[in-house]
Order: sequence, then C-alpha cells, then structure tokens
Amino acid sequence: MQVLIDNYHLYLRGLGTTLQICLYAGLLTLVVGTFIAGCRVAPLTPLRAFGTAWVTVFRNCPLAVVLFFMAFGIPALGINASYFVFGTIGLALYTSAFVCEAIRSGINAVSPGQAEAARSVGLGFGQTLRLVILPQAVRSIIPPLGSVMIAMIKNSAIAGAFGIGGDLYAVGIRQSSAQGEEIIPVLLGVALGYLIITIPAGLLLGYVERKVAIAR
Amino acid sequence: MSESVLYEAPGPRARLRARYASVLTGLVLLALFGWVIYRLAQGGEFTYEKWGPLIDPTNESFTPLWTLLGKGLGNTLLAAGWSILFSLVIGTILALTRVTAAAWYRWAVVGVIELLRGTPVVVLIFFAYQALPVMGLDLPVMWSLVIGLTAYNCVIIAEIVRAGIDSLPRGQSEAAYAVGMRRGQVMFNVLLPQAFRAMLPALISQLVVVLKDTSLGFTISYPEFVQRGETAIENLGNPIQLYLFIALIFIVINYTLSKLAVYTERRLSRGRKSSATAEPESAATTGD
Repeated sequence: MQVLIDNYHLYLRGLGTTLQICLYAGLLTLVVGTFIAGCRVAPLTPLRAFGTAWVTVFRNCPLAVVLFFMAFGIPALGINASYFVFGTIGLALYTSAFVCEAIRSGINAVSPGQAEAARSVGLGFGQTLRLVILPQAVRSIIPPLGSVMIAMIKNSAIAGAFGIGGDLYAVGIRQSSAQGEEIIPVLLGVALGYLIITIPAGLLLGYVERKVAIAR
Repeated sequence: MSESVLYEAPGPRARLRARYASVLTGLVLLALFGWVIYRLAQGGEFTYEKWGPLIDPTNESFTPLWTLLGKGLGNTLLAAGWSILFSLVIGTILALTRVTAAAWYRWAVVGVIELLRGTPVVVLIFFAYQALPVMGLDLPVMWSLVIGLTAYNCVIIAEIVRAGIDSLPRGQSEAAYAVGMRRGQVMFNVLLPQAFRAMLPALISQLVVVLKDTSLGFTISYPEFVQRGETAIENLGNPIQLYLFIALIFIVINYTLSKLAVYTERRLSRGRKSSATAEPESAATTGD
C-alpha cells in the first residue's frame, strides 16, 4: 500500500484528468446525441437514415476500434490535433449513440394520448413538443441517461489505455509496468479511483430516479 | 409513440416543402461524405497498395492476411464464448444464492456486485493479466481476458437472472409448492427453465457487449481480431482500410445478434397474455 501513499498526488492528478475527459466528452456527447435523436424523429428521410446509420455503427463497433479510427482516420482527413482531443471526441461519438437511444426511448415512453390531447386543444407541433411531450419525457430520459454517463466514465479508461497521457488508468499502467511498482496495490488504487466516481454517481442516480419516477 | 401524433397529416404544400428539404439535406450529407472520400483519395487511401491485400486474391499478402484475421476472429469468438458461458454459470449461482442465503452472505454478494460493476472492464482485464501471476496463478493469456470479462459480466448476468425470475407470475412457485415440491425443485424444475426463456433476449444483447469488450484483449496482447489487425497494419501500413474492415465485421456480427435479440423477444411475447420478458436496463443500452 506504500506505493499508493507515496504517490497519491499522481493518482489524484490522474483522477482529475479522467474527470476532465469525462466532462468534455459528456458535454459533447449530450449535444451530438440530442442532435442525432432529433435526426431520428425528423420528418425528413435522409436525416432519419443518417441517424439510424449513426446509431447502428457506433452501437455495434467496439470503442477500441472507434478510438483507433480517430487516431488514424482523422489525421488522414488532414485534421491535426492532440491525442487528448481525438480520444475525447472518440469517446463522445461512441457514447452519443447510446445517448440518442435514451432520449428517443424517453420520447416514446410518453403516452400518445398526451400529444393527441395537446393537439386537440389547439397546440402546434413546436408547442406540443416543448410544453407537453419533452417535460414528461425528461423524467424517463434521466435514469437511462445517467447509466449511459456512468458507463462513459468507465469507458474513459479505454481511452486511457490508448495513451491519453495521465488519466487514472494510464497512471496505474505506468506505475506498474514502467516503474516496476507492485501491481496489486497499484491496480487496487486505480479501481478505487473509479469506484470513488461511479458508486456515488450510481447512488445519486438511484435517488434522482426515485424522485422523478412517475406512478403509472 | 409514433412521431405522427405530434403533427397533423401534412397537406400538399407541406409535403412539397418536406420533399425539397429532404433533397437538400440529402445533398448536404452527400457533400460531406464526398468531402471525406476526396480527402482520403488525396491522401492516397484508395491505392491498390493499400486495398490489394484485403480484396485481391492474387495479391501475395492476401492469403496470410485473411488467415491472420480469421484466426484473430476465431480467438475473439472463443474468448467471448467462454466468457458468456462462465458469466452465465457464475451469474446464475450469484442470483440464486442471493435469494436464499443468510444476511451476511447477501450483503457480501451485493458488495462484490457493486465493486465489480463500478470498475472499468479494462482495469479488470489488466488486473487478471498482471495480478493473477503474482498470486501464483499462471494462466495462458486468453484466460486472463476470459476471467476479466467474466468478473465484469457475471454480475450483470446475475441481475438479468434475478429479473427473469421476478418476471414470472407468483402463481408458478405457489403452484409448485402446492403440489409438494421442495425449494430446490421449485427453482430448478419450474422457475429457472421459464426464467431462462424470458431472459433469452437480454442474454443475447449481453453477448454483443461481451463481443465488443473482447477487443480489449489488445491491451494484454491476446491475439484477438483487433490485435491481429494491428499486427497486420504494422506490416502492411494500411490502418484505415483494415480498421474499416474490422469495424464492418463487428457491426455485421453485432447487428445480426441485436436483431436476433429483438426477434426472440417478439417470438416469446407472442401468444402470451402478458409479455413476461426480463428487461432490466441492460449494459447493451448504456454502452458499458
């Protein structure tokens, strides 16, 4: 355990980097995921096809392959950036497919009677969606969306395995293989770092879930 | 809810407008796609040199490449198969003992489940790879991957099994007890067979997750599909082409599996008054 106590600042910094990746990727994936969900319910066929293709590709492709693609494919398009940027974008794009499905299933969970009632009192498409459907959909979107985000935090370790320098997983690998520290305490420290994030997040999510639950 | 309840059926003018907008967005998407192709072509990504080994049987690298990738895919499927099998066995045991055992044991199981669920699977795999030899358990590298994946997935399967048993009507166990069956008999002869049926779609979805996660074998140099692809790329120097191919294979396999899951779900719920399929929030829908 000595290795953890001696190097606690490294682990803390790793935890910070992990949180940073997750913050950026989380914001980006919410934007992209919402946009793709919009595409999937849009009345325009090409947009719907695009949304479906996007979800099919990113849901069925391992994150590792997505990240490899980011590392090799994007530079081939003539865009250059650091691996931190590529890794974060890759993580966000992969997660966006799941965000999209969470939002879409939330919209689908609102009973059709709500929309019919809204229309029958004279609300238009925008009003129906904004005032009636979305406020109710949010309640059923939050629980799955929270699970998606927790999964994303764990998946950020894979981006770390690719050599985004300095995140929690990368710190652990460096400590154990490059500096020859004892493997078991190091990995326990890494696991503990993720648990510090994921377990409270899970508890919080459970609480929010109970708060927003609808009696049906 | 279908989207059509959100707005009135469009009239002729709205339909015309929608058609123009469709064509326009279609063109924009095509232009974007074209730009990607153009940039790739400019970068020399469509040359024979880069694609030949993959698609031309007369190319000298064709046979070795396909053999290499084929073996890699075989290893991927093998590791995924073992992982799902072990996860199923251990997950079922966890789920069953959790229902019946003493309180301290139940708490221990819940603790283990939370710990394993909260840790990234790549950390678990690396742990199995590095820590087990230290503990004196020297296994071939495939088993490190299988152990890591099993540790991660068995707790999810346990939840699926529990949901499967919970989804059965109470009358099933009551009737079984009423005809004089013991607790074990009720579980193994009545509840579990029905629960497994109800769980089938969720299990197939979980297989997709396991298949995707075997690609993490590259972090411990297990010769699975992605890792073999990397080896090939080192020699052939065509990362984009090979990763496209690998992604395509994964997408085809996993898409087929998810369709199969939907199909079994529909078949199972057909001809029943209530659809009793187990549907906990599975990892397949969260991207775990």
